Amino acid sequence: MERMLMKGNEAIAEAALRAGVQAYFGYPITPQSELPEYMARELPGRGGVFLQAESEVAAINMVYGAGGAGARVMTSTSSPGVSLMQEGLSYLVGAEVPCVIVNMVRGGPGLGNIAPAQSDYFQATRSAGHGDGRLIVLAPSTIQEAADLTILAFDLAERYRNPVMILGDGILGQMMEPVSFPPPVQRQRDLSWATTGAGEGPRRLINSIYLDPDELEQHNLHLLEKYRRAQQEEVRWEAYRMEDARLAVAAYGLAARVARSAVDRARAQGIAAGLLRPVTLFPFPVAAFRQAAEQVRAFLVVEMSAGQMVEDVRLAVEGRAPVRFYGRLGGVVPTPPEVVQQIEQLAAEVAP
Amino acid sequence: MKQVTARPKVLLDVPMHYCPGCTHGVAHRLVAEAIDELGIRGRTIGVASVGCSVFMYNYFDLDFQQAAHGRAPAVATGIKRVLPDRIVFTYQGDGDLAAIGTAEIVHAANRGENITVIFINNAVYGMTGGQMAPTTLLGMRTTTTPFGRDARQAGYPIRVVELLNTLRGPAYLARVALAGPGNIHRAKKAIRRAFQTQVEGKGFSLVEVLSTCPVTWGLPPVEAVRWLEEHMLPEFPLGEFRTPEPREAVLMPLGGGKEG
Repeated sequence: MERMLMKGNEAIAEAALRAGVQAYFGYPITPQSELPEYMARELPGRGGVFLQAESEVAAINMVYGAGGAGARVMTSTSSPGVSLMQEGLSYLVGAEVPCVIVNMVRGGPGLGNIAPAQSDYFQATRSAGHGDGRLIVLAPSTIQEAADLTILAFDLAERYRNPVMILGDGILGQMMEPVSFPPPVQRQRDLSWATTGAGEGPRRLINSIYLDPDELEQHNLHLLEKYRRAQQEEVRWEAYRMEDARLAVAAYGLAARVARSAVDRARAQGIAAGLLRPVTLFPFPVAAFRQAAEQVRAFLVVEMSAGQMVEDVRLAVEGRAPVRFYGRLGGVVPTPPEVVQQIEQLAAEVAP
Repeated sequence: MKQVTARPKVLLDVPMHYCPGCTHGVAHRLVAEAIDELGIRGRTIGVASVGCSVFMYNYFDLDFQQAAHGRAPAVATGIKRVLPDRIVFTYQGDGDLAAIGTAEIVHAANRGENITVIFINNAVYGMTGGQMAPTTLLGMRTTTTPFGRDARQAGYPIRVVELLNTLRGPAYLARVALAGPGNIHRAKKAIRRAFQTQVEGKGFSLVEVLSTCPVTWGLPPVEAVRWLEEHMLPEFPLGEFRTPEPREAVLMPLGGGKEG
């Protein structure tokens, strides 16, 4: 298979093209602008639609229109842009329109900076805008994984008729790594629900309004059932050196790469550490953490935020083991020695 | 006996939810007649907006997408770009189009997006209970301008067609009024021409339809029509402001507001 050296943003764009994306709508924001730029160059020549919207609000609503009309569609942005897209995301979730959203997270809150961060975890995993709705959230740790998960994201979006978010960060978007792409797969797509204006059969409606509370409750229960199914079938995670681990480091994305190095260094010092890396942030790998809690003496959650995923770890572990948190903020990336120090400290505290 | 009129095929035979005297029913019929006459029923997709007309998809035998407040032009853009051979239209009120959705309408128009916009201007927020709209007239009382709209506090009524007419993107821009048979006839011609513009691939078309809201205006339907003629027409002049050929702006009045 052909291997190419690519920037993360460009690898995601190329993966989306090979996944058969038909339309891209977006608004420029650092540190993800290579993605729309790649689409502007490549998509029209491959029979697709590229349009730079007047705002993130318009972009996500264009996604809603194109997705509702049955196209494979995506957008990409970074943190302040995702905040603006929350309105449209709520409608996409409510009307069950599939699409893919890439969020290359930068430091916040507010305008923050353009350095890599993980402080959008809550925004990504808790609720897609107002109302009881969720995104399926995938968190790549390498550029190869970013490409693979992008292809998966389109399939999941259509399987669940729900928006899927690729949650990366500024470094993942900007750095270069070798990447290869699987051959394109011909997909059977069910568009029996889409407003294609084909004039055949009964008229179709893309909508999220249910004035009758009982009806809306039924719709919400239907969405919850979908998420329950995703929790059974779509949970993904990586366990690294966990076989005999007595202490588990939990991290995702870029922070997991740092944590992995820290685990190796701790092992070299005789500390039996391992890494649990969620790949799906929603649905969260609850069972993997619960199982690990029977084995390890403690968890150390490492994040580039004030502590967001740590809540999901605590919920999964349910008090079976202590959960410690270490985070850096504002776009600061933790270093392996910092994390090793945290591991050493925790190992000393929980030693038998 | 010769039948001279009938229910448009695309308009379903179901009761509408609009208040007595509301002109949404008339506007719906004019849209339906245009779709029937142009023979585009089998390839038209509607975008319903927030406000009283959110349920318009219950009355049209067409595929519909419902859009968030003000975002219908963006939603229509998304649909039209991936299905360019379909006819895509939005139907938006003044709060939706001229307040929260100002950016979306300006940029869709400026791109010359090949969609049709039916813009219902009744100078007030109807569904939310009669608050000030961007098109509320100076001195007009609403629930949020209880002493009458004061320009120093709330600015001026926005003339949407004139605003969009400063852009190079639009192909067809017109303002009509649902007041009296003559005006309604001209409104029908303008709406049909707007759809025709899209069918011919000439670009963005918008028809502003001056309408009544008897309930929030606190007027009986007939008096509401008279109020429209007396107060809205001086503020919002009727006519075709832009036609596809020539591309330059030309003011071609469709006719006066008052019917004898």
